[in-house]
Amino acid sequence: MATVLDVLSWGLLVTGGFFCIVGGVGLLRMPDFFTRMHAAGIVETMGAGAILLGLLLQAGLTLVAAKLLMIGLLLFLTSPASTHALAKAALVRGVQPLLASREDPSPKP
Amino acid sequence: MFYVAGTVAVLFAFWVLLSGFFTPFLLTSGVGSAIVVVWFSRRMGIVAHEGHPLRLSMRALITYGPWLLMEILKAGWDVTRRILHPRLPISPTMTRFKPSQRTDLGLIVHANSITLTPGTISVEVGPDEFLVHAISAEGGASLDGSEMDRRVRALELAS
Repeated sequence: MATVLDVLSWGLLVTGGFFCIVGGVGLLRMPDFFTRMHAAGIVETMGAGAILLGLLLQAGLTLVAAKLLMIGLLLFLTSPASTHALAKAALVRGVQPLLASREDPSPKP
Repeated sequence: MFYVAGTVAVLFAFWVLLSGFFTPFLLTSGVGSAIVVVWFSRRMGIVAHEGHPLRLSMRALITYGPWLLMEILKAGWDVTRRILHPRLPISPTMTRFKPSQRTDLGLIVHANSITLTPGTISVEVGPDEFLVHAISAEGGASLDGSEMDRRVRALELAS
């Protein structure tokens, strides 16, 4: 039983680490501010979520688990608010998003 | 008075969960802190004015959580594939659409769910219009009258 939990939790931890790396790669590959925010979103939902779940399995039914749940709740409630605030501030201050559709109507050779 | 007692109780429960120690001194400090915090926030007038903190349909909420989790996983995997794809197949779009929610809480839940789902970020939020930045044209086009919109509307209908 303990081995099964260990394998599961390590799988989740490694998965979380993978998504954090993917977020970092995306942050570098994406062309502009707004698309980079999408890459960062992978880290805070998939990455943090999987790592917290993995740690929850390691903690078992303890106070540590309750604290981890609180951290998860806090992350999932505050990260959209901060992401929204950042995106709105950028748009208001005149950061022009790079859009795909703007190129579509123009005739291409 | 009932509200004050309830807030003190919740704050004290939070204290106990965070501390995990049950010595008389620490428990008394917890009660004291909880009372002082409620007293201060009443003096400062920052206690929630709405008076009815959670007016959501509980039955819809129970199914909404797991559904949103599945959506996050699906969208997260989609964005991951786009990031790792050699040709970086993104088509960033700004979409405007009208949400169907009527209450502030419903609008907040909808906007937060959009931002929480990887690949879409709510940029401007209002009762008449949402402005959403999506990493793919498909993601942007599917927002108007989406299942998320319908489900969040069902959340607030019971209130």
